[in-house]
Amino acid sequence: MTAVPSPDEGLTAAQLAARYGLAVSGARPSLVEYVRQLWGRRHFILAFSQAKLTAQYSQAKLGQLWQVATPLLNAAVYYFIFGVILHASRGMSQDVYIPFLVTGVFTFTFTQSSIMTGVRAISGNLGLVRALHFPRASLPISFALQQLQQLLFSMIVMVAVVVGFGSRPGLSWVLVVPILFLLFLFNTGLALIVARMGAKTPDLAQLLPFVLRTWMYMSGVMFSITKMMEGRPGWARTLLQVNPATVFMDLMRFALIDGYGASNLPPHVWAVALVWAVVLFVGGFVYFWKAEERYGRG
Amino acid sequence: MAEQTIGERIPTVIAEDVHIVYRVNGAKTGKGSATVALSRIFKRGDDRGVRKVHAVRGVSFVAYRGEAIGLIGSNGSGKSTLLRAIAGLLPAEKGRVYTNGQPSLLGVNAALMNDLTGERNVILGGLAMGMSREDIRARYQEIVEFSGINDKGDFITLPMRTYSSGMAARLRFSIAAAKDHDVLMIDEALATGDAAFRKRSEERIRELREHAGTVFLVSHNNKSIRDTCDRVLWLERGELRMDGPTEEVLQEYEKFTGK
Repeated sequence: MTAVPSPDEGLTAAQLAARYGLAVSGARPSLVEYVRQLWGRRHFILAFSQAKLTAQYSQAKLGQLWQVATPLLNAAVYYFIFGVILHASRGMSQDVYIPFLVTGVFTFTFTQSSIMTGVRAISGNLGLVRALHFPRASLPISFALQQLQQLLFSMIVMVAVVVGFGSRPGLSWVLVVPILFLLFLFNTGLALIVARMGAKTPDLAQLLPFVLRTWMYMSGVMFSITKMMEGRPGWARTLLQVNPATVFMDLMRFALIDGYGASNLPPHVWAVALVWAVVLFVGGFVYFWKAEERYGRG
Repeated sequence: MAEQTIGERIPTVIAEDVHIVYRVNGAKTGKGSATVALSRIFKRGDDRGVRKVHAVRGVSFVAYRGEAIGLIGSNGSGKSTLLRAIAGLLPAEKGRVYTNGQPSLLGVNAALMNDLTGERNVILGGLAMGMSREDIRARYQEIVEFSGINDKGDFITLPMRTYSSGMAARLRFSIAAAKDHDVLMIDEALATGDAAFRKRSEERIRELREHAGTVFLVSHNNKSIRDTCDRVLWLERGELRMDGPTEEVLQEYEKFTGK
Protein backbone atom coordinates (compact mmCIF):
# COMPACT_ATOMS: atom_id res chain seq x y z
CA MET A 1 0.00 0.00 0.00
CA THR A 2 1.35 3.39 -0.95
CA ALA A 3 0.60 6.39 1.16
CA VAL A 4 -0.07 9.58 -0.76
CA PRO A 5 2.30 12.33 0.28
CA SER A 6 0.47 15.50 1.17
CA PRO A 7 0.97 18.10 -1.58
CA ASP A 8 0.63 21.41 0.25
CA GLU A 9 3.20 20.30 2.79
CA GLY A 10 1.94 19.43 6.20
CA LEU A 11 -1.66 20.48 5.67
CA THR A 12 -4.33 18.08 6.85
CA ALA A 13 -7.06 17.15 4.40
CA ALA A 14 -9.49 19.49 6.13
CA GLN A 15 -7.09 22.42 5.95
CA LEU A 16 -6.32 21.70 2.32
CA ALA A 17 -10.02 21.55 1.54
CA ALA A 18 -10.64 24.83 3.32
CA ARG A 19 -7.78 26.51 1.47
CA TYR A 20 -9.18 25.66 -1.96
CA GLY A 21 -12.80 26.11 -1.02
CA LEU A 22 -13.81 22.46 -1.24
CA ALA A 23 -16.96 21.30 0.54
CA VAL A 24 -17.78 17.98 2.16
CA SER A 25 -19.42 15.78 -0.47
CA GLY A 26 -22.96 14.72 0.29
CA ALA A 27 -23.43 17.03 3.28
CA ARG A 28 -26.98 18.02 4.20
CA PRO A 29 -27.91 21.50 2.98
CA SER A 30 -29.65 24.00 5.27
CA LEU A 31 -33.44 23.85 5.37
CA VAL A 32 -33.81 27.00 3.27
CA GLU A 33 -31.28 25.80 0.72
CA TYR A 34 -33.04 22.45 0.66
CA VAL A 35 -36.39 24.01 -0.15
CA ARG A 36 -34.69 26.05 -2.89
CA GLN A 37 -33.13 22.93 -4.42
CA LEU A 38 -36.44 21.15 -4.23
CA TRP A 39 -38.16 24.00 -6.03
CA GLY A 40 -35.48 23.78 -8.71
CA ARG A 41 -36.48 20.14 -9.22
CA ARG A 42 -40.21 20.79 -9.53
CA HIS A 43 -40.25 19.75 -13.20
CA PHE A 44 -38.58 16.47 -12.34
CA ILE A 45 -41.04 15.83 -9.51
CA LEU A 46 -44.00 16.40 -11.80
CA ALA A 47 -42.54 14.44 -14.73
CA PHE A 48 -41.62 11.52 -12.46
CA SER A 49 -45.12 11.32 -10.99
CA GLN A 50 -46.75 11.46 -14.43
CA ALA A 51 -44.33 8.85 -15.76
CA LYS A 52 -45.18 6.49 -12.89
CA LEU A 53 -48.87 7.02 -13.50
CA THR A 54 -48.61 6.29 -17.22
CA ALA A 55 -46.28 3.33 -16.77
CA GLN A 56 -48.83 1.69 -14.47
CA TYR A 57 -51.25 0.75 -17.24
CA SER A 58 -49.01 0.86 -20.30
CA GLN A 59 -49.13 -2.92 -20.82
CA ALA A 60 -52.91 -3.21 -20.55
CA LYS A 61 -55.02 -3.47 -23.70
CA LEU A 62 -57.42 -0.80 -22.52
CA GLY A 63 -54.48 1.37 -21.52
CA GLN A 64 -55.21 4.58 -19.66
CA LEU A 65 -58.93 3.75 -19.52
CA TRP A 66 -58.05 1.78 -16.37
CA GLN A 67 -57.33 5.05 -14.61
CA VAL A 68 -61.11 5.49 -14.47
CA ALA A 69 -62.21 1.85 -14.63
CA THR A 70 -60.26 0.78 -11.52
CA PRO A 71 -61.91 3.25 -9.12
CA LEU A 72 -65.30 2.51 -10.70
CA LEU A 73 -64.92 -1.22 -10.03
CA ASN A 74 -63.70 -0.46 -6.53
CA ALA A 75 -66.79 1.59 -5.80
CA ALA A 76 -69.01 -1.18 -7.17
CA VAL A 77 -67.40 -3.80 -4.90
CA TYR A 78 -67.74 -1.63 -1.80
CA TYR A 79 -71.36 -0.89 -2.64
CA PHE A 80 -72.09 -4.59 -3.09
CA ILE A 81 -70.53 -5.56 0.25
CA PHE A 82 -71.55 -2.68 2.49
CA GLY A 83 -74.69 -1.44 0.80
CA VAL A 84 -76.32 -4.66 -0.35
CA ILE A 85 -75.00 -7.40 1.95
CA LEU A 86 -74.26 -5.63 5.24
CA HIS A 87 -76.77 -2.76 5.05
CA ALA A 88 -74.26 -0.39 6.62
CA SER A 89 -76.30 2.61 5.50
CA ARG A 90 -78.21 2.64 8.86
CA GLY A 91 -81.19 4.55 7.72
CA MET A 92 -79.45 6.79 5.22
CA SER A 93 -81.39 6.90 1.98
CA GLN A 94 -79.77 5.18 -1.01
CA ASP A 95 -79.50 8.57 -2.71
CA VAL A 96 -77.20 9.75 0.03
CA TYR A 97 -75.53 6.49 1.02
CA ILE A 98 -74.03 5.52 -2.32
CA PRO A 99 -72.38 8.89 -3.00
CA PHE A 100 -71.40 8.92 0.69
CA LEU A 101 -69.65 5.57 0.31
CA VAL A 102 -67.95 6.38 -2.99
CA THR A 103 -66.66 9.74 -1.79
CA GLY A 104 -65.37 8.16 1.41
CA VAL A 105 -63.62 5.29 -0.31
CA PHE A 106 -61.88 7.48 -2.86
CA THR A 107 -60.79 10.09 -0.36
CA PHE A 108 -59.39 7.50 1.99
CA THR A 109 -57.70 5.61 -0.85
CA PHE A 110 -55.77 8.80 -1.66
CA THR A 111 -54.34 8.89 1.87
CA GLN A 112 -53.81 5.15 2.00
CA SER A 113 -51.92 4.86 -1.26
CA SER A 114 -49.86 7.98 -0.54
CA ILE A 115 -48.64 6.24 2.59
CA MET A 116 -48.10 2.87 0.93
CA THR A 117 -46.11 4.32 -1.97
CA GLY A 118 -44.38 6.72 0.41
CA VAL A 119 -42.99 3.95 2.59
CA ARG A 120 -41.24 2.46 -0.44
CA ALA A 121 -40.29 5.82 -1.95
CA ILE A 122 -36.68 5.56 -0.79
CA SER A 123 -36.23 1.86 -0.08
CA GLY A 124 -37.75 0.88 -3.43
CA ASN A 125 -35.70 3.39 -5.40
CA LEU A 126 -32.26 2.91 -3.88
CA GLY A 127 -30.79 2.51 -7.35
CA LEU A 128 -31.96 5.99 -8.23
CA VAL A 129 -30.83 7.43 -4.90
CA ARG A 130 -27.37 5.92 -5.33
CA ALA A 131 -26.99 7.06 -8.93
CA LEU A 132 -28.14 10.66 -9.13
CA HIS A 133 -28.17 13.85 -7.13
CA PHE A 134 -31.45 15.44 -6.22
CA PRO A 135 -33.12 16.40 -2.96
CA ARG A 136 -34.45 13.05 -1.75
CA ALA A 137 -37.76 14.58 -0.71
CA SER A 138 -38.52 14.72 -4.45
CA LEU A 139 -39.39 11.02 -4.32
CA PRO A 140 -42.08 10.91 -1.59
CA ILE A 141 -43.53 14.20 -2.85
CA SER A 142 -43.61 12.84 -6.36
CA PHE A 143 -45.42 9.69 -5.23
CA ALA A 144 -48.00 11.72 -3.30
CA LEU A 145 -48.48 13.82 -6.44
CA GLN A 146 -49.00 10.66 -8.46
CA GLN A 147 -51.77 9.65 -6.06
CA LEU A 148 -53.32 13.11 -6.33
CA GLN A 149 -53.49 12.73 -10.10
CA GLN A 150 -54.97 9.27 -9.60
CA LEU A 151 -57.61 10.82 -7.36
CA LEU A 152 -58.43 13.42 -10.02
CA PHE A 153 -59.20 10.55 -12.39
CA SER A 154 -61.31 8.89 -9.70
CA MET A 155 -63.18 12.13 -9.25
CA ILE A 156 -64.63 11.72 -12.72
CA VAL A 157 -66.36 8.61 -11.38
CA MET A 158 -67.13 10.33 -8.11
CA VAL A 159 -68.85 13.28 -9.77
CA ALA A 160 -70.80 10.96 -12.05
CA VAL A 161 -72.06 8.96 -9.06
CA VAL A 162 -72.90 12.04 -7.01
CA VAL A 163 -74.84 13.62 -9.87
CA GLY A 164 -76.40 10.28 -10.78
CA PHE A 165 -77.94 10.10 -7.29
CA GLY A 166 -79.54 13.48 -7.42
CA SER A 167 -77.01 16.02 -6.15
CA ARG A 168 -76.65 19.07 -8.35
CA PRO A 169 -73.48 21.08 -8.94
CA GLY A 170 -73.60 24.17 -6.75
CA LEU A 171 -71.40 26.78 -5.21
CA SER A 172 -70.29 24.37 -2.48
CA TRP A 173 -68.45 22.33 -5.13
CA VAL A 174 -65.80 25.04 -5.25
CA LEU A 175 -64.80 23.92 -1.73
CA VAL A 176 -63.31 20.80 -3.29
CA VAL A 177 -60.26 22.84 -4.34
CA PRO A 178 -59.14 23.93 -0.84
CA ILE A 179 -60.08 20.49 0.54
CA LEU A 180 -57.89 18.72 -2.01
CA PHE A 181 -55.06 21.15 -1.37
CA LEU A 182 -55.12 20.57 2.39
CA LEU A 183 -55.51 16.83 1.96
CA PHE A 184 -52.54 16.77 -0.41
CA LEU A 185 -50.39 18.61 2.16
CA PHE A 186 -51.51 16.17 4.85
CA ASN A 187 -50.78 13.11 2.71
CA THR A 188 -47.42 14.43 1.56
CA GLY A 189 -46.43 15.01 5.18
CA LEU A 190 -47.36 11.44 6.05
CA ALA A 191 -45.55 10.11 2.98
CA LEU A 192 -42.37 11.98 4.00
CA ILE A 193 -42.53 10.55 7.51
CA VAL A 194 -43.03 6.94 6.45
CA ALA A 195 -40.45 7.35 3.67
CA ARG A 196 -37.74 8.10 6.22
CA MET A 197 -38.91 5.32 8.52
CA GLY A 198 -39.19 2.87 5.61
CA ALA A 199 -35.70 3.73 4.39
CA LYS A 200 -34.28 2.54 7.71
CA THR A 201 -36.78 -0.27 8.36
CA PRO A 202 -38.25 -1.72 5.15
CA ASP A 203 -40.35 -4.10 7.29
CA LEU A 204 -42.74 -1.23 7.79
CA ALA A 205 -44.16 -1.91 4.34
CA GLN A 206 -45.44 -5.28 5.63
CA LEU A 207 -46.93 -3.81 8.79
CA LEU A 208 -48.60 -0.68 7.43
CA PRO A 209 -51.49 -2.33 5.56
CA PHE A 210 -52.86 -3.57 8.90
CA VAL A 211 -52.52 -0.18 10.53
CA LEU A 212 -54.19 1.46 7.55
CA ARG A 213 -57.07 -1.00 7.47
CA THR A 214 -57.75 -0.42 11.16
CA TRP A 215 -57.65 3.30 10.54
CA MET A 216 -60.07 2.94 7.65
CA TYR A 217 -62.67 1.06 9.71
CA MET A 218 -62.37 3.65 12.49
CA SER A 219 -62.80 6.58 10.15
CA GLY A 220 -66.37 6.06 9.05
CA VAL A 221 -65.68 5.29 5.42
CA MET A 222 -68.65 2.91 5.10
CA PHE A 223 -70.88 4.16 7.90
CA SER A 224 -71.89 7.54 9.25
CA ILE A 225 -70.29 8.41 12.58
CA THR A 226 -73.18 10.78 13.34
CA LYS A 227 -75.72 7.98 12.95
CA MET A 228 -73.63 5.43 14.82
CA MET A 229 -73.00 7.71 17.81
CA GLU A 230 -76.62 8.81 18.26
CA GLY A 231 -77.48 8.79 21.97
CA ARG A 232 -73.83 8.69 23.02
CA PRO A 233 -72.05 11.62 24.70
CA GLY A 234 -71.16 14.46 22.34
CA TRP A 235 -67.45 14.51 23.21
CA ALA A 236 -67.07 10.87 22.10
CA ARG A 237 -68.57 11.74 18.75
CA THR A 238 -66.31 14.77 18.36
CA LEU A 239 -63.29 12.65 19.27
CA LEU A 240 -64.07 10.26 16.42
CA GLN A 241 -64.77 13.14 14.08
CA VAL A 242 -61.50 15.02 14.49
CA ASN A 243 -59.62 12.00 13.14
CA PRO A 244 -57.94 13.60 10.09
CA ALA A 245 -59.17 10.92 7.67
CA THR A 246 -62.73 11.60 8.82
CA VAL A 247 -62.29 15.37 8.68
CA PHE A 248 -61.22 15.41 5.04
CA MET A 249 -63.72 12.74 4.02
CA ASP A 250 -66.64 14.55 5.66
CA LEU A 251 -65.60 17.88 4.18
CA MET A 252 -65.54 16.31 0.74
CA ARG A 253 -69.01 14.80 1.28
CA PHE A 254 -70.33 18.07 2.65
CA ALA A 255 -69.06 19.89 -0.45
CA LEU A 256 -70.41 17.42 -2.99
CA ILE A 257 -73.54 15.73 -1.62
CA ASP A 258 -76.73 17.75 -1.24
CA GLY A 259 -78.25 15.52 1.45
CA TYR A 260 -75.13 15.58 3.66
CA GLY A 261 -75.43 18.72 5.74
CA ALA A 262 -73.20 20.61 8.14
CA SER A 263 -74.74 18.74 11.11
CA ASN A 264 -72.42 15.86 10.22
CA LEU A 265 -69.30 17.98 10.71
CA PRO A 266 -67.44 18.52 14.01
CA PRO A 267 -67.13 22.08 15.37
CA HIS A 268 -64.41 24.28 13.79
CA VAL A 269 -63.91 21.73 11.06
CA TRP A 270 -61.89 24.00 8.73
CA ALA A 271 -59.51 24.98 11.51
CA VAL A 272 -59.06 21.31 12.40
CA ALA A 273 -58.33 20.43 8.76
CA LEU A 274 -55.86 23.30 8.43
CA VAL A 275 -54.01 22.33 11.60
CA TRP A 276 -53.74 18.67 10.56
CA ALA A 277 -52.45 19.61 7.10
CA VAL A 278 -49.90 22.20 8.20
CA VAL A 279 -48.59 20.30 11.21
CA LEU A 280 -48.14 17.06 9.29
CA PHE A 281 -46.62 18.70 6.23
CA VAL A 282 -44.13 20.93 8.03
CA GLY A 283 -43.32 18.30 10.64
CA GLY A 284 -42.92 15.57 8.03
CA PHE A 285 -40.76 17.76 5.81
CA VAL A 286 -38.34 18.68 8.60
CA TYR A 287 -38.25 15.10 9.86
CA PHE A 288 -37.39 13.83 6.38
CA TRP A 289 -34.76 16.52 5.76
CA LYS A 290 -32.96 15.65 9.01
CA ALA A 291 -31.76 12.35 7.52
CA GLU A 292 -31.11 13.65 3.99
CA GLU A 293 -27.44 12.65 3.80
CA ARG A 294 -28.08 9.09 4.99
CA TYR A 295 -30.66 7.82 2.48
CA GLY A 296 -28.07 6.31 0.14
CA ARG A 297 -26.96 3.86 2.80
CA GLY A 298 -30.21 1.90 2.67
CA MET B 1 4.97 8.72 -5.76
CA ALA B 2 2.15 10.42 -7.59
CA GLU B 3 2.91 13.89 -6.40
CA GLN B 4 6.45 14.95 -7.16
CA THR B 5 5.70 18.46 -8.22
CA ILE B 6 4.02 20.85 -5.89
CA GLY B 7 3.00 23.86 -7.88
CA GLU B 8 -0.16 25.58 -9.02
CA ARG B 9 -2.11 22.37 -8.89
CA ILE B 10 -5.62 22.88 -7.64
CA PRO B 11 -7.23 19.99 -5.79
CA THR B 12 -10.77 19.11 -6.86
CA VAL B 13 -11.39 15.98 -4.81
CA ILE B 14 -9.83 15.13 -1.47
CA ALA B 15 -10.56 11.77 0.11
CA GLU B 16 -9.44 11.37 3.69
CA ASP B 17 -9.39 7.89 5.19
CA VAL B 18 -12.73 6.89 3.66
CA HIS B 19 -14.46 3.79 5.00
CA ILE B 20 -17.72 2.53 3.56
CA VAL B 21 -19.82 -0.19 5.10
CA TYR B 22 -22.89 -1.75 3.49
CA ARG B 23 -25.52 -3.21 5.76
CA VAL B 24 -27.39 -6.20 4.39
CA ASN B 25 -30.59 -7.20 6.17
CA GLY B 26 -31.35 -10.82 6.79
CA ALA B 27 -28.09 -12.25 5.50
CA LYS B 28 -26.56 -13.08 8.84
CA THR B 29 -27.10 -16.81 8.64
CA GLY B 30 -27.62 -18.92 5.60
CA LYS B 31 -31.07 -19.89 6.80
CA GLY B 32 -33.92 -17.43 6.47
CA SER B 33 -36.44 -19.34 8.55
CA ALA B 34 -38.98 -17.47 10.64
CA THR B 35 -37.66 -18.72 13.98
CA VAL B 36 -34.16 -17.59 13.15
CA ALA B 37 -35.52 -14.19 12.18
CA LEU B 38 -37.51 -13.97 15.41
CA SER B 39 -34.58 -14.85 17.61
CA ARG B 40 -32.63 -12.15 15.81
CA ILE B 41 -35.18 -9.55 16.79
CA PHE B 42 -34.87 -10.38 20.46
CA LYS B 43 -31.12 -10.68 20.46
CA ARG B 44 -29.55 -7.46 21.61
CA GLY B 45 -26.35 -6.01 20.34
CA ASP B 46 -24.67 -4.99 17.16
CA ASP B 47 -25.34 -7.96 14.97
CA ARG B 48 -29.10 -8.36 15.00
CA GLY B 49 -29.64 -9.93 11.62
CA VAL B 50 -27.58 -7.32 9.86
CA ARG B 51 -24.46 -8.37 8.07
CA LYS B 52 -21.90 -5.69 7.44
CA VAL B 53 -19.81 -5.58 4.31
CA HIS B 54 -16.76 -3.39 4.64
CA ALA B 55 -16.43 -2.36 1.01
CA VAL B 56 -13.87 0.45 1.21
CA ARG B 57 -11.23 0.53 3.93
CA GLY B 58 -9.41 3.76 4.59
CA VAL B 59 -8.74 5.17 1.14
CA SER B 60 -7.01 8.57 0.93
CA PHE B 61 -6.00 10.51 -2.15
CA VAL B 62 -6.06 13.97 -3.65
CA ALA B 63 -7.21 14.56 -7.23
CA TYR B 64 -6.32 17.71 -9.16
CA ARG B 65 -7.94 19.76 -11.87
CA GLY B 66 -7.22 18.45 -15.34
CA GLU B 67 -6.41 14.93 -14.23
CA ALA B 68 -8.00 11.82 -15.68
CA ILE B 69 -7.82 9.10 -13.09
CA GLY B 70 -8.43 5.42 -13.77
CA LEU B 71 -9.72 3.08 -11.10
CA ILE B 72 -8.69 -0.53 -11.48
CA GLY B 73 -8.99 -3.66 -9.40
CA SER B 74 -10.66 -7.05 -9.55
CA ASN B 75 -14.45 -7.46 -9.29
CA GLY B 76 -15.81 -6.45 -5.92
CA SER B 77 -12.74 -4.48 -4.93
CA GLY B 78 -14.79 -1.38 -4.14
CA LYS B 79 -14.26 0.75 -7.25
CA SER B 80 -17.90 1.65 -7.92
CA THR B 81 -18.56 2.09 -4.22
CA LEU B 82 -15.69 4.55 -3.94
CA LEU B 83 -17.08 6.53 -6.88
CA ARG B 84 -20.47 6.74 -5.21
CA ALA B 85 -18.87 7.99 -2.02
CA ILE B 86 -16.99 10.68 -3.96
CA ALA B 87 -20.26 11.71 -5.54
CA GLY B 88 -21.78 12.00 -2.07
CA LEU B 89 -24.41 9.38 -2.87
CA LEU B 90 -23.23 6.88 -0.29
CA PRO B 91 -22.41 8.26 3.13
CA ALA B 92 -18.97 7.31 4.45
CA GLU B 93 -18.86 5.35 7.69
CA LYS B 94 -15.64 7.07 8.68
CA GLY B 95 -13.52 9.71 7.00
CA ARG B 96 -14.53 12.46 4.61
CA VAL B 97 -14.64 13.38 0.97
CA TYR B 98 -14.22 17.04 0.02
CA THR B 99 -15.14 18.12 -3.47
CA ASN B 100 -15.21 21.19 -5.63
CA GLY B 101 -18.65 21.54 -7.19
CA GLN B 102 -20.91 18.58 -7.65
CA PRO B 103 -19.30 15.36 -8.86
CA SER B 104 -21.66 13.37 -11.04
CA LEU B 105 -21.79 9.75 -12.03
CA LEU B 106 -22.31 9.23 -15.71
CA GLY B 107 -25.47 7.18 -15.87
CA VAL B 108 -29.22 7.62 -15.68
CA ASN B 109 -30.28 3.98 -15.91
CA ALA B 110 -32.09 4.08 -12.60
CA ALA B 111 -34.31 7.02 -13.55
CA LEU B 112 -35.58 5.57 -16.80
CA MET B 113 -38.73 3.47 -17.07
CA ASN B 114 -39.05 0.61 -19.47
CA ASP B 115 -42.77 1.14 -19.95
CA LEU B 116 -42.35 4.66 -21.27
CA THR B 117 -41.45 5.69 -24.80
CA GLY B 118 -37.88 6.61 -25.62
CA GLU B 119 -39.05 10.16 -26.13
CA ARG B 120 -40.43 10.53 -22.62
CA ASN B 121 -37.37 8.80 -21.17
CA VAL B 122 -35.09 11.39 -22.75
CA ILE B 123 -37.08 14.10 -20.97
CA LEU B 124 -37.33 12.20 -17.68
CA GLY B 125 -33.63 11.28 -17.67
CA GLY B 126 -32.62 14.84 -18.46
CA LEU B 127 -34.78 16.22 -15.65
CA ALA B 128 -33.42 13.61 -13.26
CA MET B 129 -29.89 14.78 -14.01
CA GLY B 130 -30.95 18.31 -13.17
CA MET B 131 -31.27 19.76 -16.66
CA SER B 132 -33.99 22.35 -17.24
CA ARG B 133 -36.85 21.73 -19.65
CA GLU B 134 -35.39 24.29 -22.06
CA ASP B 135 -31.97 22.58 -22.01
CA ILE B 136 -33.60 19.27 -22.82
CA ARG B 137 -35.73 20.72 -25.60
CA ALA B 138 -32.62 22.32 -27.09
CA ARG B 139 -30.61 19.10 -26.99
CA TYR B 140 -33.39 16.62 -27.68
CA GLN B 141 -32.65 16.22 -31.38
CA GLU B 142 -28.95 15.89 -30.70
CA ILE B 143 -29.53 13.15 -28.10
CA VAL B 144 -31.79 11.13 -30.38
CA GLU B 145 -29.46 11.45 -33.35
CA PHE B 146 -26.45 10.51 -31.25
CA SER B 147 -28.15 7.37 -29.97
CA GLY B 148 -28.97 6.31 -33.52
CA ILE B 149 -32.29 4.92 -32.27
CA ASN B 150 -34.17 6.27 -35.25
CA ASP B 151 -31.76 4.87 -37.84
CA LYS B 152 -34.00 1.85 -38.37
CA GLY B 153 -37.37 3.54 -38.23
CA ASP B 154 -39.31 5.58 -35.74
CA PHE B 155 -38.31 3.74 -32.56
CA ILE B 156 -38.12 6.72 -30.25
CA THR B 157 -41.92 6.79 -29.94
CA LEU B 158 -42.05 3.14 -28.85
CA PRO B 159 -41.77 2.01 -25.21
CA MET B 160 -38.21 1.23 -24.14
CA ARG B 161 -39.14 -2.35 -23.28
CA THR B 162 -39.44 -3.03 -27.01
CA TYR B 163 -35.80 -2.04 -27.64
CA SER B 164 -33.00 -4.52 -28.07
CA SER B 165 -30.52 -4.45 -25.21
CA GLY B 166 -27.98 -2.68 -27.41
CA MET B 167 -30.47 0.01 -28.42
CA ALA B 168 -31.48 0.62 -24.82
CA ALA B 169 -27.85 0.88 -23.73
CA ARG B 170 -27.17 3.36 -26.53
CA LEU B 171 -30.09 5.56 -25.56
CA ARG B 172 -29.07 5.48 -21.89
CA PHE B 173 -25.55 6.53 -22.73
CA SER B 174 -26.76 9.31 -25.03
CA ILE B 175 -28.97 10.77 -22.32
CA ALA B 176 -26.28 10.53 -19.67
CA ALA B 177 -23.65 12.12 -21.89
CA ALA B 178 -25.85 15.09 -22.78
CA LYS B 179 -24.81 17.10 -19.74
CA ASP B 180 -21.45 18.68 -18.88
CA HIS B 181 -20.04 18.03 -15.41
CA ASP B 182 -17.44 19.56 -13.06
CA VAL B 183 -16.15 16.27 -11.78
CA LEU B 184 -17.18 13.44 -14.04
CA MET B 185 -17.20 9.78 -13.10
CA ILE B 186 -17.62 7.07 -15.68
CA ASP B 187 -18.29 3.50 -14.65
CA GLU B 188 -17.41 1.15 -17.49
CA ALA B 189 -19.71 2.99 -19.84
CA LEU B 190 -17.45 2.60 -22.83
CA ALA B 191 -18.35 -0.96 -23.65
CA THR B 192 -21.88 -0.46 -24.94
CA GLY B 193 -23.36 -0.79 -28.39
CA ASP B 194 -21.86 -1.77 -31.71
CA ALA B 195 -18.50 -0.69 -33.10
CA ALA B 196 -19.80 2.47 -34.76
CA PHE B 197 -21.53 3.60 -31.61
CA ARG B 198 -18.52 2.79 -29.46
CA LYS B 199 -16.41 5.06 -31.62
CA ARG B 200 -18.93 7.88 -31.30
CA SER B 201 -19.18 7.43 -27.56
CA GLU B 202 -15.42 7.44 -27.06
CA GLU B 203 -15.31 10.72 -28.91
CA ARG B 204 -18.08 12.11 -26.74
CA ILE B 205 -16.26 11.07 -23.58
CA ARG B 206 -13.15 12.86 -24.81
CA GLU B 207 -15.28 15.98 -25.29
CA LEU B 208 -16.78 15.65 -21.83
CA ARG B 209 -13.30 15.23 -20.40
CA GLU B 210 -12.18 18.48 -21.94
CA HIS B 211 -15.06 20.32 -20.31
CA ALA B 212 -14.86 18.56 -16.97
CA GLY B 213 -12.37 19.53 -14.30
CA THR B 214 -11.46 16.01 -13.27
CA VAL B 215 -12.46 12.64 -14.69
CA PHE B 216 -12.64 9.27 -12.95
CA LEU B 217 -12.93 6.18 -15.09
CA VAL B 218 -13.70 2.70 -13.80
CA SER B 219 -12.87 0.01 -16.30
CA HIS B 220 -11.64 -3.54 -16.67
CA ASN B 221 -10.29 -2.68 -20.07
CA ASN B 222 -6.64 -1.77 -19.59
CA LYS B 223 -6.49 -0.37 -23.09
CA SER B 224 -9.16 2.23 -22.49
CA ILE B 225 -7.45 3.16 -19.21
CA ARG B 226 -4.16 3.64 -21.06
CA ASP B 227 -5.88 5.72 -23.74
CA THR B 228 -7.68 8.07 -21.36
CA CYS B 229 -5.94 8.24 -18.00
CA ASP B 230 -2.71 9.76 -16.79
CA ARG B 231 -3.00 8.50 -13.24
CA VAL B 232 -4.32 5.23 -11.86
CA LEU B 233 -5.63 4.16 -8.46
CA TRP B 234 -5.53 0.42 -7.86
CA LEU B 235 -7.99 -0.89 -5.33
CA GLU B 236 -7.86 -4.38 -3.94
CA ARG B 237 -10.26 -5.64 -1.22
CA GLY B 238 -11.29 -2.09 -0.50
CA GLU B 239 -7.76 -0.88 0.12
CA LEU B 240 -5.69 1.45 -2.02
CA ARG B 241 -2.90 -0.82 -3.19
CA MET B 242 -1.16 1.58 -5.50
CA ASP B 243 -1.50 5.15 -6.73
CA GLY B 244 0.69 6.51 -9.49
CA PRO B 245 1.28 7.17 -13.18
CA THR B 246 -0.73 4.91 -15.48
CA GLU B 247 2.09 2.82 -16.94
CA GLU B 248 3.73 2.13 -13.60
CA VAL B 249 0.56 0.95 -11.90
CA LEU B 250 -0.75 -1.02 -14.86
CA GLN B 251 2.49 -2.97 -15.15
CA GLU B 252 2.24 -4.01 -11.50
CA TYR B 253 -1.45 -4.77 -11.93
CA GLU B 254 -0.85 -6.95 -14.97
CA LYS B 255 1.85 -8.81 -13.05
CA PHE B 256 -0.64 -9.30 -10.22
CA THR B 257 -3.43 -10.60 -12.42
CA GLY B 258 -0.98 -12.81 -14.28
CA LYS B 259 -1.35 -11.42 -17.78
